[in-house]
Amino acid sequence: MSWSRFLRRSRWDDERARELDAHLAIETDDNLARGMSPGEARDAARRKLGNATLVREEIYQMNTLTLVDGAWRDLKYGARLLRVNPAFAVVAILSLALGVGANAAIFQLLDAVRIRTLPVKNAEELVEIRIADPNGGRTGQFSGRRPSLTNPLWEQVRERQQVFSEAFVWASPAFDLTTGGEARSALGLWVSGDFFNGLGVPALIGRTLTSADDRRGCAAPPAVLSYGFWQREYAGSPSAIGRSIMLDGHSFDIVGVTPASFFGVEVGRSFDVAVPLCAEPLSRGPLTLMERKDGWFLGAIGRLKPGVTLDQARAQLASISAPTFQATLPSYRPEDAKHYLEFKLGAYPAGTGISQLRRQYESPLWLLLATTGLVLLIACANLANLMLARATAREREIAVRLAIGASRWRIVRQLLAESLLIAAIGSAAGAVLAQWLSRFMVGFLTTENNRIFVALTLDWRIFAFTAALGVLTCLIFGLVPAIRATSLAPGAAMKAGSRGSTDTRERFGMRRALVVAQVALSLVLLVGALLFVRSLRNLMTLDAGFRQDGILVVSMDLRHAGVPDDRRVALFADVNAKIGAVPGVTSAAQAMIVPVSGSGWNEYIVIDGKKYSDHVNFNAVSDGYFRTMGTPLLAGRDFDGREWPGAEKAAIVTELFAHKFFAGQDPIGKVFQVDEPPDRPKTIARIVGVVRDTKYTDLREEFTPLVFFAVSQNQHPDPFLQVVLRSSAPLATITSAVTSVVTQANSNIIVQFQTLPSMVRDSLMRERLMATLSGFFGALAGLIATIGLYGVMSYTVARRRNEIGIRMALGAGRRDVVRMVMREAGVLLIAGVLVGTALAIAAARTASTLLFGLHPGDPATLALAAGGLGLVAMLASYLPALRASRLEPTEALREE
Amino acid sequence: MPKRGKSPIQGELLQGTLDLLILKTLALGAAHGHTIAYAIEHRSEEVLQVEHGSLYPALHRLEDRGWISSFWGTSENNRRARYYRLTPAGKKQLTAQTNRWDEIVRAVNRILRPA
Repeated sequence: MSWSRFLRRSRWDDERARELDAHLAIETDDNLARGMSPGEARDAARRKLGNATLVREEIYQMNTLTLVDGAWRDLKYGARLLRVNPAFAVVAILSLALGVGANAAIFQLLDAVRIRTLPVKNAEELVEIRIADPNGGRTGQFSGRRPSLTNPLWEQVRERQQVFSEAFVWASPAFDLTTGGEARSALGLWVSGDFFNGLGVPALIGRTLTSADDRRGCAAPPAVLSYGFWQREYAGSPSAIGRSIMLDGHSFDIVGVTPASFFGVEVGRSFDVAVPLCAEPLSRGPLTLMERKDGWFLGAIGRLKPGVTLDQARAQLASISAPTFQATLPSYRPEDAKHYLEFKLGAYPAGTGISQLRRQYESPLWLLLATTGLVLLIACANLANLMLARATAREREIAVRLAIGASRWRIVRQLLAESLLIAAIGSAAGAVLAQWLSRFMVGFLTTENNRIFVALTLDWRIFAFTAALGVLTCLIFGLVPAIRATSLAPGAAMKAGSRGSTDTRERFGMRRALVVAQVALSLVLLVGALLFVRSLRNLMTLDAGFRQDGILVVSMDLRHAGVPDDRRVALFADVNAKIGAVPGVTSAAQAMIVPVSGSGWNEYIVIDGKKYSDHVNFNAVSDGYFRTMGTPLLAGRDFDGREWPGAEKAAIVTELFAHKFFAGQDPIGKVFQVDEPPDRPKTIARIVGVVRDTKYTDLREEFTPLVFFAVSQNQHPDPFLQVVLRSSAPLATITSAVTSVVTQANSNIIVQFQTLPSMVRDSLMRERLMATLSGFFGALAGLIATIGLYGVMSYTVARRRNEIGIRMALGAGRRDVVRMVMREAGVLLIAGVLVGTALAIAAARTASTLLFGLHPGDPATLALAAGGLGLVAMLASYLPALRASRLEPTEALREE
Repeated sequence: MPKRGKSPIQGELLQGTLDLLILKTLALGAAHGHTIAYAIEHRSEEVLQVEHGSLYPALHRLEDRGWISSFWGTSENNRRARYYRLTPAGKKQLTAQTNRWDEIVRAVNRILRPA
């Protein structure tokens, strides 16, 4: 028997029908020839042939792969049943899809961020080189995303190390593609010569960078593009090679493009253009960190030589540490120098890449994975419940079919087909959902200034695992009742199905337990969700010491403005004044550091010759800053233009500063000094005003003592200017007006805008992610549990129609019936809430570091979650209760 | 699915026999179902009455095993009819089955009429 004949069996059947017709015709002809009448002739021919349909059926069977044919029929029947009962189908499929999809999505992210190795040659041989445990801290200038080493330190390490076949450093600057006007930035990479060679990344076209490109003082260095940037900016044209690209106002020759899979060594960030490290002075100009022994801006990675272990590498790095740090000692204060000389270099596995994202999001992601794991459990419990209900409801149907001769295996097979159908559709929908959800999350985390790149691929193992869990649930809970039903004698089953007036406890216990578990688990998720939502709300509504609404931050890059150092202060004041004069701008002021932007500046202070070990934060602002930011001045005065470069340094301090260092005294007029390295003088600063405490780098931190200096007293500012302005005019109007006044002042200034509220929002990304996703999953879990409870209650009511009818006939009122049903639901609910509360208190501890202004066991949160869930669940059980109470006793009793 | 391989003699003797008779009939030349039925009846001197209906599953089975092949043709009285003919494999099969039949007949006879 062949497949082709199987697939064409209906054509074959037609052919047989024609053949049999021909046979009849010939026989009829013969009969006619024997002298029969036409009617007789046909009847006799038919008699002779026998049952033609039976013959055809016999042949059809011979052509059939019975199992396949049967399975196909079962699937069709299953699909029809699902269509007939769409509510069941939708709930079952959706709960499975959400459970599977959410897990696969979170795992996908976790895999990309934490688990997967870099897409480079033998990634497991890569180790990161950095200072092990830099306690006592490093001081100096920090810049970039992985400031592990200084360039002098790196050069020492490169010369002295013997355990790596290649070692290289990188830094991740942002390059400006424009030379004036509104900024357009590209994600850059400064890489040392062995970067591509060491990683084993070949060029897709052209070539990558080599150590020959990375020579000190390189003037026209080459650049390598990432695949994505090449596609975006050059439409993937090979002619891009040989062209030049302007980065930070300097021309670079494009020599190659990297493969699409390569995104650098930092997970969570990709790059657009890579240039040799020797180009750093071109971008930074006089601010270059290349020669600075306290300029921390490089990350370092080495590839272990064959046969060298991580421990051997550690030992060798430790042994070269003393001479390395000795040779690169910056002009530190004695106590910092002591720490510096005690530093040890360490080696850390880097096969999975280096990541900021990881440090920030690893624990939230694990937590979310646990959350989605619970969602899956709840979904499975729900599915189990649905399947149980369905199979039990069909016990009678099964009994009837058994009674009229269906085989047991035939019935089990059909139920199996239906379960598989649900599982398959649910899993497929889950896979789609996973893609969508993980992309949503990456999109959620990406901001204008922090483009997040994560290489997302669906992990088939985790998908298979979660899907298998769903399928198993379907099968077990769909089949167990079926098998039990089919093992009953049909007569008994039919009797049980129709005549029982109350339900048996034993069969129903499982469903009650499932509902209790669902309520408990979803309470855990709801508590978690509420904790995160309330943390976020605490952060959003706390008093930061400034009013963020209506504040626009204008960042200007004057590196190419061609303004000499000594004229910068005047130019800054001029630009500031022009921006302040733009119609619609209420006030504008310069600020070296904008709160919550993540940057900071701290020093130790000296009062009356006594050095304090408290960290004091600093900022430099112009007059009008406090008015613009809405920070109240509590005593003294604002800067007023008397702060000339040569005059005595004026300082405005915060309440906390005054309280900490001048407790019980009037701080106005008091003086302090900023601690400086031995070779620099300590200038005296006099306090002229006190302002309200404000948050500094982060909303989550406690208030810290904070000092504001006047920008006008910094004689040699860096060529970067930041102006904060307050305005109620539309954003677009203001930005275009500001851009035009700035470019009028100097057409080579690059301008960038950001609103303070958006900066604040971005700084709370993690909290927002947790609040959004846990809120979503919590609500989902609550919904699924409610559906489960509703299902169980409806089902109980349906099974107990007779009993309820009898009770009503005997005089029970409608209210008694409602109360009876609600009492039953209440017992389940209370059991679930009790178990859930205990679980939630235990589980919330794991999240305590992610909370703000809340205890993990916050009683109000617990009460709110339990109350909310309870209310919705009781409403859901009220419907079946109401339905039960509307039963006509006579009708209920008459039925069968 | 139809059972493959040599059919057991017991119980299905008749079916096996019908197959053998069809093969033998077709050894004389191509024929359609109606002709085959009558040929068997006629040549057995009406002893073997073939139920015409049961002939077709047998034909299908034989074709399925590749012992006969079929084509559409025109009958003596100008009707379209499906004709069957013996394939080379069928010829071999006929010889083998005829031998086996002889063996069985001899064996049965030895029991029924011991010499």
